[in-house]
Amino acid sequence: MTLLAHERATSSEVEASGSRRTAGSWRPRAGHFFVLPYVSLLVLFGIIPVLYSVYLAFTDVDGAFAGFSNFTRTASDYRFWPAVGHVAVYLVIWLVSLTVLVVSLTLMVHQIASRRTKTFIRFAYYIPGALAGASSVLLWLFVLDPTVSPVAPILKLIAGDHFAEVIAPSHLPWIFAVIAFWTGAGGWVLVLYGALNTIPSDVIEAARVDGASPVRIALSIQLPMIRKSITYVLILAFAAGTQLFVEPQLISQASFGVVPNDYSVNQLAYQFAFTQNDFNGSAAIALDLLVVSLITTSLFVARGRLFDTD
Amino acid sequence: MSSTATAQRAAGRSLTTVLLALFAVFFLLPVVWLLLAGTKSNDDLVHNNPFSFGSLHDLKANWDALLSYQDGAVKTWMKNSVIYSVLALVLTLVVTVPAGYALAKLDFKGRRPLLVITLVVMLMPTAALVLPTFLEINYASLVNTPLSVVLPYSFFPFGVYLTYIYFADALPSELLEAAKIDGCGEVRSFISIALPLAAPVVALVGFFSFVQNWNNFFLPYVMLPGSDAYPMQVGLTQMLTSTPNFNPVVGANAEVSPPELVLATLVSAAPVLVIFLVAQRFLVSGMTAGATKG
Repeated sequence: MTLLAHERATSSEVEASGSRRTAGSWRPRAGHFFVLPYVSLLVLFGIIPVLYSVYLAFTDVDGAFAGFSNFTRTASDYRFWPAVGHVAVYLVIWLVSLTVLVVSLTLMVHQIASRRTKTFIRFAYYIPGALAGASSVLLWLFVLDPTVSPVAPILKLIAGDHFAEVIAPSHLPWIFAVIAFWTGAGGWVLVLYGALNTIPSDVIEAARVDGASPVRIALSIQLPMIRKSITYVLILAFAAGTQLFVEPQLISQASFGVVPNDYSVNQLAYQFAFTQNDFNGSAAIALDLLVVSLITTSLFVARGRLFDTD
Repeated sequence: MSSTATAQRAAGRSLTTVLLALFAVFFLLPVVWLLLAGTKSNDDLVHNNPFSFGSLHDLKANWDALLSYQDGAVKTWMKNSVIYSVLALVLTLVVTVPAGYALAKLDFKGRRPLLVITLVVMLMPTAALVLPTFLEINYASLVNTPLSVVLPYSFFPFGVYLTYIYFADALPSELLEAAKIDGCGEVRSFISIALPLAAPVVALVGFFSFVQNWNNFFLPYVMLPGSDAYPMQVGLTQMLTSTPNFNPVVGANAEVSPPELVLATLVSAAPVLVIFLVAQRFLVSGMTAGATKG
């Protein structure tokens, strides 16, 4: 069920029990009391930062209205478009592999007959999720260093004999996609697996009796029925992907200058703020990112009809 | 069914098995390597089979070296990580669970808008707000204090969404009505009826919050410039720059040997790995069930 479906059910429930409507004015206060701490944090760390970025992005250092000048200035910075390009290439690779691989893996796991194997596989895929952030990047720095890597022969075959060759800038989007896939895929498999479970088994059974192959069942029944969950996964992956920071930041540190410290858009925003002390420019870049992910999210939501009721 | 169809199906099944096994290897191999590499000397790490066990002696040597790095910095960082994540965990639960409950079960003005805002903010990437949040924290003179990360961590709209869905589904309103007839106030019914039923979702929200905050890098990296206040994840990057593989300049005088850094990586991930292993059944079913609601 989707959020709005829930919302409808709850509202009608609330309205159906007439006592709630007539029961004086103390009850609304109880509700407010319950949400007060959450609303305070929401205002402090959700709403004010957004408004503050908007304010900074449209003003100059002295606080005077600056129109779009912060946006044009940062967009014409020589580092801006390369950074956008890097993140875009990474996102395409990551989202395509996420859609294709995670969906196929989920369908395959769902088909395993033995309960035990199924549980083992799901958990095995999920374990790397424990190593998100800097831990997983560090582990991957070792895996990508041919002198110590457990998969050194493969690295030497496809990338080169030296760490510097492996992390050549042209390889980076692939490397980041592999790291993101390694850490995140298992969790997404679990989420989609749950969605597959909601398909009534008699629907699948009927198709099987009619002679549909597993591939056919997947394409004509399972995929259309879990479309919403796939959309949801893509939105979250996209939003997180645009914010690429820790991976290039650490690789840049470890590569000793081969990879610049303004490789991703978010790193550039960081550079503007903390090495150039240009918080207005930094806010403009952060806002660029936010707007892009909000627009894309709403497109996904509209096209995937994410919050519709069935 | 014709025999070719049966043969095709069998072939399809074994192809599936091979693919699933290959991916299992892909996901597990680095983890296995991580567990073993800390037991080796630097020399063994380069020359021995990557999947061999080194020796307890080398493990101890690496461990001692790790603990003595910068007068026990690793201990401080781990302690910081625990403090930040646990404080944030407690605060998150205290804030999130009543909010999700009220959104699902109580009628009050502004409930719908609050739900919609929660949903929008939930889909917004948190890293986008790190810099303005920094300015805000800076304005409140909280930079380099635990609060600078704990407070933003405790704002967890996804947790509110999860508890909202949970209470809307799993807590029958009749139960609350009955309590009201018996004279329970709203607070009382929440504490004695809703909360005891909420254990699964409390655990799930707690898990997500803890793991996410433990692994967070960008926010503490910005908020906590002083090395004494680093959480382990940020501390790791400082060790990284002292490791010869990844910083040729430090060369032979390197403070951190590669197996030491591997061991530090393992230590940094250990608490979350342990939670994963202990709670695996619960997590797999929780994630799976959570999705059916999304």
